[in-house]
Amino acid sequence: MKNKKMLFKKKLVTALLATVFSSSLFAGELVIYTDTSDPAPRKAFEDVVKGFEAANPDVTVKLNIMEREGYKTSIRNFLTADAPDIATWYAGNRMLPYVNAGLFEPIDDVWEKHGMNESLASSASSLTSDGKKWGVPFTYYQWGVYYRTDIFEANDISVPTNWAEFKAVGVKLKAAGITPITIGTKYLWTAAGVFDYLNMRTNGFEFHMALTRGEIAWTDERVVNTMNHWKELLDLDFFLDNHAAYSWQEALPPMVQGKAAMYIMGNFAVAPLLEAGLTEDQLGFFQFPEITPGIALAEDAPTDTLHIPANAKNKVDAKKFLAYVTSVDVQTQMNKTLGQLPINAGSQVADNKYLQAGFKMLSETKGVAQFFDRDAPAEMAKAGMEGFQEFMVKPERLEKILKRLEKVRKRAYK
Amino acid sequence: MFAYYKANQLKLAPWIFLAPGLIMFVLYVIMPVFQSIAISFYAWDGLGEKEYVGMANYVELMDDEAFYTSLKNNIIWLVLYMLAVPAGLFMALFLNQNVRGIRLYKSLFFFPFVISQVVVGLVFSWFYDPSYGLMNILLNAIGIDSIAVLADENLVTYGIIVAGLWPQTAYCMILFLTGLNSVDTEQIEAARLDNAKGWRMLWYIILPQLKPATFIAVVVTVIGALRSFDLVSIMTSGGPWGSSRVLAYYMYEQAFSEYGFRMGYGAAIAVVLFLIMMVYISGFLYKMYRDERGH
Repeated sequence: MKNKKMLFKKKLVTALLATVFSSSLFAGELVIYTDTSDPAPRKAFEDVVKGFEAANPDVTVKLNIMEREGYKTSIRNFLTADAPDIATWYAGNRMLPYVNAGLFEPIDDVWEKHGMNESLASSASSLTSDGKKWGVPFTYYQWGVYYRTDIFEANDISVPTNWAEFKAVGVKLKAAGITPITIGTKYLWTAAGVFDYLNMRTNGFEFHMALTRGEIAWTDERVVNTMNHWKELLDLDFFLDNHAAYSWQEALPPMVQGKAAMYIMGNFAVAPLLEAGLTEDQLGFFQFPEITPGIALAEDAPTDTLHIPANAKNKVDAKKFLAYVTSVDVQTQMNKTLGQLPINAGSQVADNKYLQAGFKMLSETKGVAQFFDRDAPAEMAKAGMEGFQEFMVKPERLEKILKRLEKVRKRAYK
Repeated sequence: MFAYYKANQLKLAPWIFLAPGLIMFVLYVIMPVFQSIAISFYAWDGLGEKEYVGMANYVELMDDEAFYTSLKNNIIWLVLYMLAVPAGLFMALFLNQNVRGIRLYKSLFFFPFVISQVVVGLVFSWFYDPSYGLMNILLNAIGIDSIAVLADENLVTYGIIVAGLWPQTAYCMILFLTGLNSVDTEQIEAARLDNAKGWRMLWYIILPQLKPATFIAVVVTVIGALRSFDLVSIMTSGGPWGSSRVLAYYMYEQAFSEYGFRMGYGAAIAVVLFLIMMVYISGFLYKMYRDERGH
């Protein structure tokens, strides 16, 4: 009896020692939290995990997929209380609160070791803060104007390349009884997409970034110019009626039904539009047209990212996973499933006309912005987007809105 | 020790029985109240270091348009939500009769209170939908243009209150129905002999006997109005451009939402809301205290 007990104890000790000393050999579990709750992103992640497990038989991955909106509020809790080994998040200013609070792990060593400084060079800056890298990108997508090619043809409209043409398109569409641009601003951020483009086209990329960094007053004449361009569209009644009552998904049906012709959106709008019955021949994409002649065309292209929380338990395998996700072939395959663009320079862009168009546009652009609510800090983003929504319905309040935003700016950037 | 217990058993026993409840109450209600008050003097993003800022959060609150919008909406809520009390009373009077299947009707009328506020919010946002909603289909049928209730800064709060009144009326109705059960039949007989009918009967005989039920109905409605949150969150997220915010929602937005990293400011809003509630709650407690002592 006593002997048996001893034997058991010995076994236990050996087992414990094994886990402690051969962590690379016997690493065990890798916990990943993602917000990829839509069907395509969910599948993309599940495939990557399968591939990773096949390549690393000693690691079991526990993938925990959460609902996208809920994730945004729960991340604060789980990063502090019960951190996974890897978590999805967003690049730019959106990651700074966690970086500054010391909740993300700097991973310059991963970037060094796997040559990411070259292969992921284009997104390096959006993941750098304080001279350190705080995560890896895994996908990005373009923004621009999605439009009904058949409606454009039926009304003898060609794709606009400058501001005057763009407005003329709207006038023609209005005359045909079609709303030029559909939009649903209930959740505010869609209006920020319009602002990003108007501001980058009116004042250029550098100005836009300086504005979101809080270096320029909202009451600045140049911001007023941007808003006046927006007002030109509002005066022409460009946007869907009652847009403040709709989410971005609820603004899709008018476009599918042919009651609206254009949508200023990210590439993720393509999938639901095609699913709702449009064909690829009916749905086209064009770059947001030039406003101020001579200003280089910059684009919004939000990058989704993976981070290792500072409190992660299995950082060794987490780093392996990051290297795996960003490798050439995995990026090609993963983003094919996602319907988005791979971030590794060596990867292939899926054979899809929207992605090809987006990729071509982004590889020629000089500046890539993340998106208003990722470039500006949370407080400024929220106030700004609310102001844009209000402006779209009550343009006469412009001065009041800009004054309010300026007040927030003075407080939000400390 | 044991001897002391023996000697004071009668005095100690109630406290021992109360202890679990008291500990919970102190831990989960009293302490958080003081913690919130303490946090409201700091600037804190919920993650990093707290920074003491004194009254700065309150000073900022005094100069915050959004705060006044929320406060104004809270007052509109308080006033209009009171409609649930008379509406519930009349529904109760209407249902307080003996016909076949009355139990079924009663439960159907009570149904809106049983379902979650989230569902109520969803149902009403579909009802108000500018293009496919029932309300606007009906309005269009009689030749009136669609009204986007939830996208109109002047209508939105009223639209949400209507949604809130639906379950709240049902709640008040149930309170009055139970109250009506205990109305003294002899008094009604006596009043009838004195030729009291209709309104006079209601006003002089029934209502005075419903006083306890009315009191509870008013209290739960006041509190319901002040803590209105779910409907605002589901139906509009405080929009359009923040015009349907109430204090509870604004607090959530500042402290916990996607863009909220201002725990201190959120706590300051919560303290203000707490003070407003305190007015009603202390009134309520005072009355309870007086009633217990027999006036």
